Amino acid sequence: MEGHSTYQPKNKVAQWFESRLPIVGLVHSSAIAYPVPKNLNYFWTFGAILSFMLVVQIVSGIVLAMHYVAYAPVAFARVEHIMRDVSFGWLLRYIHANGASMFFIAVYIHIFRGLYYGSYKAPREVLWILGVIIYLLMMATAFMGYVLPWGQMSYWGATVITNLFSAIPVVGEVIVQWLWGGYSVGDPTLNRFFALHYLLPFMIAGVVGLHIWALHHVGQNNPDGIDVKSVSKDTVPFTPYATLKDVFAIAVFMIFFSWFIFYTPNYLGHSDNYIPANPMSTPAHIVPEWYFLPFYAILRSIPDKLGGVLAMFAAIAVLAFLPWLDTSKVRSARYRPLFRIFFWIFVVVAVGLGYLGSQPSEGWYVIVSRIFTVYYFVHFLIILPLLGFIEKPKPLPASIADAVLAKHAAGGATVMAGASAPETK
Amino acid sequence: MAHAETSQKATRRDFLYIATGAVGAVGVAGMVWPFVSQLQPDASVLALSTTEVDLSPIAEGQIVTVQWRGKPIFISHRTKKEIEEAQKADLASMRDPQPDADRVKAGKDQWLVVIGICTHLGCVPLGHQGAYDGWFCPCHGSVYDTSGRIRQGPAPLNLALPPYAFTSDTKIVIG
Amino acid sequence: MTIRSILFGAAAAALLFVAPATASEGGGHDGRPPRLSWSFAGPFGTYDTAQLQRGFKVFKEVCSSCHSANFLYFRNLGQPGGPSFSEAQVKQIASGYQITDGPNDSGDMFERPGRPSDHWPAPFPNEQAARASNGGALPPDMSVLAKARSYHVGFPGFITDAFIQYQEHGVDYIHAVLTGYGEAPEDVHVQSGLHYNKYFPGNQIAMPNPLSDGLVEYTDGSPQTVDQYASDVAAFLMWVAEPHLDARKRIGFQVVIFLIVLSGLLYFTKKKVWKNVAH
Repeated sequence: MEGHSTYQPKNKVAQWFESRLPIVGLVHSSAIAYPVPKNLNYFWTFGAILSFMLVVQIVSGIVLAMHYVAYAPVAFARVEHIMRDVSFGWLLRYIHANGASMFFIAVYIHIFRGLYYGSYKAPREVLWILGVIIYLLMMATAFMGYVLPWGQMSYWGATVITNLFSAIPVVGEVIVQWLWGGYSVGDPTLNRFFALHYLLPFMIAGVVGLHIWALHHVGQNNPDGIDVKSVSKDTVPFTPYATLKDVFAIAVFMIFFSWFIFYTPNYLGHSDNYIPANPMSTPAHIVPEWYFLPFYAILRSIPDKLGGVLAMFAAIAVLAFLPWLDTSKVRSARYRPLFRIFFWIFVVVAVGLGYLGSQPSEGWYVIVSRIFTVYYFVHFLIILPLLGFIEKPKPLPASIADAVLAKHAAGGATVMAGASAPETK
Repeated sequence: MAHAETSQKATRRDFLYIATGAVGAVGVAGMVWPFVSQLQPDASVLALSTTEVDLSPIAEGQIVTVQWRGKPIFISHRTKKEIEEAQKADLASMRDPQPDADRVKAGKDQWLVVIGICTHLGCVPLGHQGAYDGWFCPCHGSVYDTSGRIRQGPAPLNLALPPYAFTSDTKIVIG
Repeated sequence: MTIRSILFGAAAAALLFVAPATASEGGGHDGRPPRLSWSFAGPFGTYDTAQLQRGFKVFKEVCSSCHSANFLYFRNLGQPGGPSFSEAQVKQIASGYQITDGPNDSGDMFERPGRPSDHWPAPFPNEQAARASNGGALPPDMSVLAKARSYHVGFPGFITDAFIQYQEHGVDYIHAVLTGYGEAPEDVHVQSGLHYNKYFPGNQIAMPNPLSDGLVEYTDGSPQTVDQYASDVAAFLMWVAEPHLDARKRIGFQVVIFLIVLSGLLYFTKKKVWKNVAH
């Protein structure tokens, strides 16, 4: 998109350099002059929060890798060595372990923001699909990272998740053995997971680069879901407006993050993971980390091995087709009264699946899991395609500037209601 | 942005910006510290800081190497001749002059305990070699005498002395 | 707009993270351990040095005859935020144990008195020996036991625990098991070699009741009762599992206060910058 200003090298040296490597100009156009819609709300700060969390995880992870040893007989002890002996080791490990959860909290808010405001619709389909790829890479990274402390949950989580691939007909068993590097999860598995756990975050960083590139090419969506008509009237330059807002949001997010690091560092983990891995005995209730629970619930709700695995992967894959499943021309749920209702039903179903995933697979839990699983797919495959034809959207404002003006003209109380659309359920 | 504000307003605004920037800078520094601090030797390394050595099996004229904090320590049971050479050497000709008496414990002239790391670039010198029959560093040719003092070659300083004490006639504790 | 959006975000986040907590508690207990008041609970909690020293005595004289604590080093006993024994006391405690070291120059292993850099010696050389001496049951290593045990909290406790920072499930459980021995109810058949315990999952535990009133002598006038022993040793094991808790909570308080100030400044800066832009 055309920016608010262009970089003009002031002196000879800068001109000489810029004509050979226009990197300062690139930074200027993407981080300073880049036009940001005026009407963005705080849900749009989660992109910055996620970038921050990626840096936190990579930096703390590299530092932890300086002390950790990916060798099954000592891995558990090495983590305890970090917790006890390394200067600030306890802090670094709690940052990294809780940071994974914070990363997912932020990414789920980011994803649901995209769902609510229709951020996946043209021309942002590629941007959205890149996001789905990042999400998949995050899941793989988080899963392998959880294996590294080599506790009971690490071991049995690795066993269960890798066994998903045994559902593949004919070659499944062989694939699983190749994943393990043996006849069960063991030292070779730990070692390769460590190597991949170190690699994948850099792949995430690469795809994040593409994600931001695509974003800056098409421009940001906004709460009204309408296109920028005039850069000068509808947008503000990224710096200082969006940067300061993002930094403020990051600081507030860090307060939330600190609460877990310093005060309840093991709340999001599982106590069984402080028991060293024991291949001879499975814990009574094995559950994945909380951020996998909705998918875990879908997996368990299908009473067939291959079917469950397929349903679980389909639940993620369906997101990639969302830009074409949603047939409505209107992006933002603000102007889609029916969609808004179904959006919130979907939120309840997704959170509900998460809760069910944490419960034992018995009694009414199973029945509700099945209903919710069916609804999850119905939402994407039936409701969204149909809504576009049935729903009568509210009239859209002529421009972002008009929407902002209308909001201010409407006065105090309605300003609150209009601007905080997500709460108006 | 063009501003038509009074200078007083500008000052107040600048103060807010500077305060925010300063507090932010302190925060970044505070956040960086644990990541730097973790580089230092950890508690388990620091705890292994003493080594006890029994000297009784070391024969006269023998040099043994023991480990202390991951470094080689030379313990030389010096012969009368070696002690004499060390004591009579001309201090004026040395690069890092130090009388032999300062390099051993009083009354224990026969025991020389030095850190076995060449003060040039950290290689481990070889015992009973070189022109002074002390140590010779194969990396860059530094020559030490029977008191571990630098006599020839590029090294700037004598072999360092670890902190140690005799706990009995035949036992020392290093560190 | 902003405040409500943030609150909403926080609520949404809360909803997303609460789900796992139900999963993080082991189920199957007939009785839920009572919640005790611990000196190290809450945002300003710190270990009680005297209690840790008493707990250490119970651990040393009772628990450690069957349980290992391989990540506990003698030197830890003297570090700040722990039982805070003096350097001389630590050396004395360590030298009271014979440690197998070696091989020496002739290739043999040998015994020597313990040093502060040694870890707490395990009572059995390996798992098989431990099982053989304990009727087939393995006394678990106690290094992180206080973090490795929990109990089912249920709804809504698992949500509120995050807000009230309740993290003491492990110590509650240890105290409960140590005080939970008793006669089995008539309808419960206790297998031979096992013992009835109200709070142990499944109610049948291989460990015989290790504590009795007056078993360990206290010199500071604290009551020499099973309940007191159980609290003290549970607190000690919490310290063994989380030796940097004091520092963690102290630094956490500083960090949170700092971040609140920084957020406030950033908020006003942001507001000032956006002042002339309708949004």
